[in-house]
Amino acid sequence: MLRSAWRSLLHHKLRLILSGVAIVLGVGFVVGTLIFTDTLNTTFTNLFADTSSDVVVTPAQDSGGRAFAGTVPTMPGSTLDDVRAVQGVAAAGGQVLVDGVSVVDQAGEVLGTPGAPQFGSNWSDDERLTPFRLVEGRGPSAPNEVALDSVSAEKSGYSVGDTVRLVTPTGPLSVTLAGVFRYGTSGNLAGATIAAFSTDFAQELLLGGEDAYTEIDVVASESVTQDALAAAVRAVVGDGVTVRTGQEAADDATAQITEGLAFVNIFLLVFAGIALFVGTFIILNTFSMLVAQRSRELALLRALGATRGQLVRSLILESAVLGLVGAVLGIAVGVGVAFGLEGLFGALGADIPTEGLVVLPRTIVVGVAIGVLVTVIAALSPAIRASRIPPMAALRDDVALPTRSLRLRAVLGTLLLAGGLAAMTAGAASGGGSGSQLVGLGVVGALVGAIVVSPAIAGPLVRVLGFAFPRLFGTVGSLAVQNAERQPRRTAATASALMIGLALVSALTIFATSAKASITEVIDRVIGAEFLVSSGAQRPFPEQVASDLAATEGVAAVAGVKLVPVQVADTGTLLVAADPGALGRMITLPFVAGSLADVGAGGVAVDTQTAADQGIAAGDPVSVQLPTGATLEYRVTALYEPAGAYSGYVVDRASLAEADVAVGDSFVYVLAAEGADLGQLQSDLEAGLADYPTVQVQSQAEFKAQITSSVDQILLVMVMLLSLAILIAILGIVNTLVLSVVERTREIGMLRAVGALRRQIRSMVVLEALVIAVFGAVVGLGLGVWFAVSLQRTLVDQGIEVLEIPWAGLAFFLVLAGVVGVLAALWPAFRAGRLNVLEAISTE
Amino acid sequence: MSTAPLSVPSDEAGPAARAVGLTKVYGEGDTAVTALDAVSVEFDRGRFTAIMGPSGSGKSTLMHVCAGLDSVTSGKVYIGDVDLTTLKDNDLTRLRRDAVGFVFQAFNLVPTLSALENITLPMDIAGRPVDQEWVDAVIDTIGLRDRLRNRPSQLSGGQQQRVAAARALASRPQIVFADEPTGNLDSRAGAEVLSFLRRSVDEFGQTIVMVTHDPTAASYADHVLFLADGLIVDTMEDPTPDRVLDRMKGFDGKGRRS
Repeated sequence: MLRSAWRSLLHHKLRLILSGVAIVLGVGFVVGTLIFTDTLNTTFTNLFADTSSDVVVTPAQDSGGRAFAGTVPTMPGSTLDDVRAVQGVAAAGGQVLVDGVSVVDQAGEVLGTPGAPQFGSNWSDDERLTPFRLVEGRGPSAPNEVALDSVSAEKSGYSVGDTVRLVTPTGPLSVTLAGVFRYGTSGNLAGATIAAFSTDFAQELLLGGEDAYTEIDVVASESVTQDALAAAVRAVVGDGVTVRTGQEAADDATAQITEGLAFVNIFLLVFAGIALFVGTFIILNTFSMLVAQRSRELALLRALGATRGQLVRSLILESAVLGLVGAVLGIAVGVGVAFGLEGLFGALGADIPTEGLVVLPRTIVVGVAIGVLVTVIAALSPAIRASRIPPMAALRDDVALPTRSLRLRAVLGTLLLAGGLAAMTAGAASGGGSGSQLVGLGVVGALVGAIVVSPAIAGPLVRVLGFAFPRLFGTVGSLAVQNAERQPRRTAATASALMIGLALVSALTIFATSAKASITEVIDRVIGAEFLVSSGAQRPFPEQVASDLAATEGVAAVAGVKLVPVQVADTGTLLVAADPGALGRMITLPFVAGSLADVGAGGVAVDTQTAADQGIAAGDPVSVQLPTGATLEYRVTALYEPAGAYSGYVVDRASLAEADVAVGDSFVYVLAAEGADLGQLQSDLEAGLADYPTVQVQSQAEFKAQITSSVDQILLVMVMLLSLAILIAILGIVNTLVLSVVERTREIGMLRAVGALRRQIRSMVVLEALVIAVFGAVVGLGLGVWFAVSLQRTLVDQGIEVLEIPWAGLAFFLVLAGVVGVLAALWPAFRAGRLNVLEAISTE
Repeated sequence: MSTAPLSVPSDEAGPAARAVGLTKVYGEGDTAVTALDAVSVEFDRGRFTAIMGPSGSGKSTLMHVCAGLDSVTSGKVYIGDVDLTTLKDNDLTRLRRDAVGFVFQAFNLVPTLSALENITLPMDIAGRPVDQEWVDAVIDTIGLRDRLRNRPSQLSGGQQQRVAAARALASRPQIVFADEPTGNLDSRAGAEVLSFLRRSVDEFGQTIVMVTHDPTAASYADHVLFLADGLIVDTMEDPTPDRVLDRMKGFDGKGRRS
């Protein structure tokens, strides 16, 4: 039996290649995803692995995300003195590490990956306390000296002794490059930059001259354990700070990274899952057809005395070998996929400097296991059905595999599909977090249901979709439709890849279009200012910028807006601080009580959604906890309807100044004077900001374009990943058609004999592919629209207020599916047309 | 049934099909096998010809070549006045569609089409209108009017072959080629098919060429050609099963021309 299995594997080379490709692609994508995410994890984990202090002391206050200069929680210098005095401390150092110092290269461009932190830090010579390793020059010791990380130094082209341009929270600054240091062992900062100064100068630049630190690192004397030292430190420093052992701090950092990357991991694995799922269908399909075609051979083996068990085992062995070979090749392809993903993310600006791809043994094991298991499972059902072929069938002319009824599938699938669609609708109606969970559940249910039910609906639906074929293409058309109808399971399985792919692509497209329309609508409704000035990543810039802008000719007014990470009633949020009067001229918020003018000192405007969530009304007090630990008290004086991203607490910036919160503006609105030449004004504004390369001026249209293009970019990544499902779909269609041409060799030969032209045979195959593809596309697009509408309804509160269905885009997808079907059919059609009539007729 | 208006076209003079100096060699060099060796033959209009011979005698090759299903090594093949050896694939296919009918041993019908759709298939493929009166006459002759809506899988083997024979006649071809049409049938079903072929010659004036190894089947023909080793070695008019059987016995061992 072993030999028989091996022989038959080699005998059907073409089919082998086709199903092998499906396995290779499925495994390749899973392995590629794993390699890519492992590489990301390793890169980011290594960033922290180099710090090796025994105890880490940090402010207890959580900044609730990224803290910039002015809002970063700190500990006073006295805490460091206290820690140094603790018994068992060999060394302790205070660290100042704040996002807010941008390095400008010689070409005037800001260094670093957009969105990644741009740190300013203090310099320490004690290598036990810092991951900085001097590689050139010396550490900065005087004011106006800086040391740059090695990557930044190399990219900017600055050498020791050069004058380096920086933008600090207090303004542009030119300093001398005293030295270059490597961060940790690799120097890799994953797109972030670090500029290090003497401690005094760092405190002056970043902490307003206060003697304070953002972190204190402690090295234990020999014989003192981390735990014991942490306890000792904790006893001294008291409340207000968090004391962790080095191990705990490292674990926390790793956990935080893993959590941060979880989205990427899950996102990619979902696509890998889709690829594998679709690949499984192809394998299942292939084996079903292989077995069907060999049914006579298998029946003969049975007649010659092979037991059913032997038959099943032989087929399983065959699939296992195929799965193994496919998996090994798939792992190789996976490395390529990982490179591709890295390139894809790099091309979109998320440049991830890595130290080579990380291929863990786990990845290999998973790849092989998936390849073998999926193939064996896919082969199991056809194998068992094949073993039921009665031995006498070998002697008959027409051998068919016993088929199962579709009724169970129809019932089960309909229930799942209906349940999924209902869940989506219910989720959309209720909205909020539970609503989106329900919608997510519904999407999965509906997709699985659609796949289960599709063989039952394939026949009727294909007939409906192909109704015009007989009229348009004559007998060839009706034969094509009938061929597609004839094996509803196969048609459905073949179409499923396109169905899943298009359901997701269309849902994403509709959702992205709606998101863009919603954002545009909000901007149009809310923003009255002609220009918006901002830096990347909401990094604050000095108030001087707003003053400079206000002084530009043609400007009627400016309004700087500060964003401060705060806690209100133990919920993290961004406090919006501006001059309410000026802001009122720039944006129009739908107020239901009071107005921006009513905010005043000590007042706060809140959106109605937040007010409802917090149970507060006009006149109620609101207590805002700043990252510095201080608390500000306000009273609700105005309420407004949330409009897209415009929600939350709005206060007078003067109230922050009173509390000594010195934070820069995150953006500035600019209102043009009446009759001003806007084009001229924009160039004037830009010219005035030459010293601030981190800051850019955008017209309202550019601002909209930037937001919508970032939505487009995310959509593009998703669609590119999903196009893999489409690629597999093409393969699936090729596979099915080649096999069904083989299966119908005699029929095609007979058609040719009685007068069908080669061209007509080719058309027949192409039209069959077309109707299968359109079937998949129609079901997929239908599901996609339902998904997207439910999702949009669920997220109305999150600002996706407008539903916009891009019908032209959906029509394009439908046409694209047809084109995909036709392309996939070309080669099988060519083969079918070329069949030798006589040989075809006499084929067994 | 009146036969006058419902007969196959016979206005052209000369045989329905003929072959001149037909040679067919398979393979090359040492492995070359001569299946037909300069065979010349004419198939007269309105006649039922059976081609007989032992396995490997070239009888199937002769039929395939005359029907335009296979190429020739040398010689000419005509259907009516058209020389098949000069035709390209598309023209050859159209000629098969319009001028030739086929009945194969098995797998004659498209499983997805009903009996009626199978019968009209060649006209449908050609996009030609169906001659309803003629098709009705053919259907009545095969006697399967009540099974026309059925799919092939719902018909018996004999019924399937009768449908195939009806299809071969439906397009009013100049000539019908039947390759072992009763090879897969029991004798009773075979007799039904052969009777139908016989009637189509008698009543419609159809020209039929049938390859068979069954003396009983051959006895339905007007005329039998005996092939051996790629040559026509004998002919027989008005055959009976016994005479054909006797002649066939003569091939055992001593059929070779030497």
